Amino acid sequence: MAMEVNFENVSADYQLGPIRSPLVLHSVDVRIESGSYTAVIGYTGAGKSSLLKAMNGLLLPKEGQITVGDLVIKPDKNKHALKSIRKRVGMVFQFPESQLFAETVEKDICFGPMNFGVSKDEAKEIAKHVVEQVGLTQDILTKSPFSLSGGQKRRIAIAGILAMQPDILVLDEPGAGLDPNGRKEIMDLIASWHKDRGMTTVLVTHDMEDVVTYADRVIVMEKGQIVLHDYVEKVFANQQQLEKWHLDVPDARRFQLNFEKKTGIVLPKVCLTIEDLADAFIEVGLA
Amino acid sequence: MPTPIIEVNNLIFRYDQRLEKETLSDISFSIDKGEWVAIVGHNGSGKSTLAQMLVGLLVPQSGRITIAGRELNDDTKWELRRRIGMVFQNPDNQFIGTTVQDDVAFCLENLNMPYDEMKTRIDEALEMVEMSAFREHDPSRLSGGQKQRVAIAGVLALKPDVLVLDEALVMLDPRSRRELLASLQQLRSTQNITIISITHDMNEAASADRILMLREGHIERCGPPQDVFQGELEWEPPFAEKLRRTLLKRNRSVPNSYMTEEEMVHWLWK
Repeated sequence: MAMEVNFENVSADYQLGPIRSPLVLHSVDVRIESGSYTAVIGYTGAGKSSLLKAMNGLLLPKEGQITVGDLVIKPDKNKHALKSIRKRVGMVFQFPESQLFAETVEKDICFGPMNFGVSKDEAKEIAKHVVEQVGLTQDILTKSPFSLSGGQKRRIAIAGILAMQPDILVLDEPGAGLDPNGRKEIMDLIASWHKDRGMTTVLVTHDMEDVVTYADRVIVMEKGQIVLHDYVEKVFANQQQLEKWHLDVPDARRFQLNFEKKTGIVLPKVCLTIEDLADAFIEVGLA
Repeated sequence: MPTPIIEVNNLIFRYDQRLEKETLSDISFSIDKGEWVAIVGHNGSGKSTLAQMLVGLLVPQSGRITIAGRELNDDTKWELRRRIGMVFQNPDNQFIGTTVQDDVAFCLENLNMPYDEMKTRIDEALEMVEMSAFREHDPSRLSGGQKQRVAIAGVLALKPDVLVLDEALVMLDPRSRRELLASLQQLRSTQNITIISITHDMNEAASADRILMLREGHIERCGPPQDVFQGELEWEPPFAEKLRRTLLKRNRSVPNSYMTEEEMVHWLWK
């Protein structure tokens, strides 16, 4: 079951003892539709990770409120009530493999579901199922997570989140540090769960290729605020806006702009993928 | 004739002595002063192992590494580490200071550097990675990309002869990555610093002088980008090469060799 996430005038900061950081989220108003695949992009330090954390109560709002389905996160929310939100919103952090801790892969994966009240036997069944979903075989369950390669560890860490069967999946750069093939596999897996389970997916990424390949909507953040929220095609068509927010464009579009600037020839459409670009060059008779 | 700053001869390494499989087997290459070399290869091909050996964090079973004419061993590694600096993939693993500037200062303090010079170097290094505005911030509270910049500043402040980047730019947004790469290029031309960058980004690798491609512990290919990307690879090639191949698949007559992006634009325009 998919779910909608609503931010209503949310501001947040981090508190360290008596010291408060400047606002990391600043009056954020956004509605992330149920079943959408939204990419969150922006300059480093723009508040992308903070936005994700606010969705599952790791960062509480100082003002405003966040609703996840029928659940509400408010500034005075007590920690106990957040548990039901965390069960619905599965969060994959940057370098999630650094959170693996148990002596076997199975125990690591079962930890999450059991915390949410699933019985041990049931959790083991789920573990068998999810390792296959992340493209690994069941014999990996008895191994130590620390004996695995980087790409395998990443998959196990993501399997641990899937085991909780979240309705909303939020991911912070799930492909970072993997080789191009490993990265593509992870991204393809996420795309297929998104589709099969009708999940609401929110992805923080720097990779514009990921944005145009997988996402349908884009949120652009700058200094803790959402400055743009629109369909992927619309966002990349507006060059002035992209320049204004210091955003990059996918390789195909960058090549197109470079070509148009150097030659004065304008291609008939905005090309976001290499296929678009090849089509356009053939159409105008240049290739 | 440029002199090699790094020479690697017949390096062999195994993580587990009980296993037959060598993580690195018989690796030899040399890198000239001022050269930019990209090391590419799949996860598990031995890239990071090689990088860790270059800075003396891992000791090879056999073979020899020479840096600036001196062999790297237990006696020389402390001195040689002043000449070769490494930035890791996950910057969280190397923060020590409670503020950004303290963190950058840490290595310099270890060298007993006079306060004034230390201050100048920290200013310069933070300027270079555009983090001057964050000097009083707590590094653990910065964003992923900002942390990476601070980690790079920490190494730049040491003014090493060789900079090893182990996928140190992965958390940066593409624009910051390009800007930082441009600053590093600049640094290379003004100070003749040698850069070894381990990367999965083929567009980044394409801008190096030379690419060293590792596969299961062997050097599979080594040469300038146009040679390395020429043949059929299971790799995703740089963008211009991908476009060339896409057009080729559609039975278009394209030149049959690797082109840089500028050459490609020029050819399309012809």
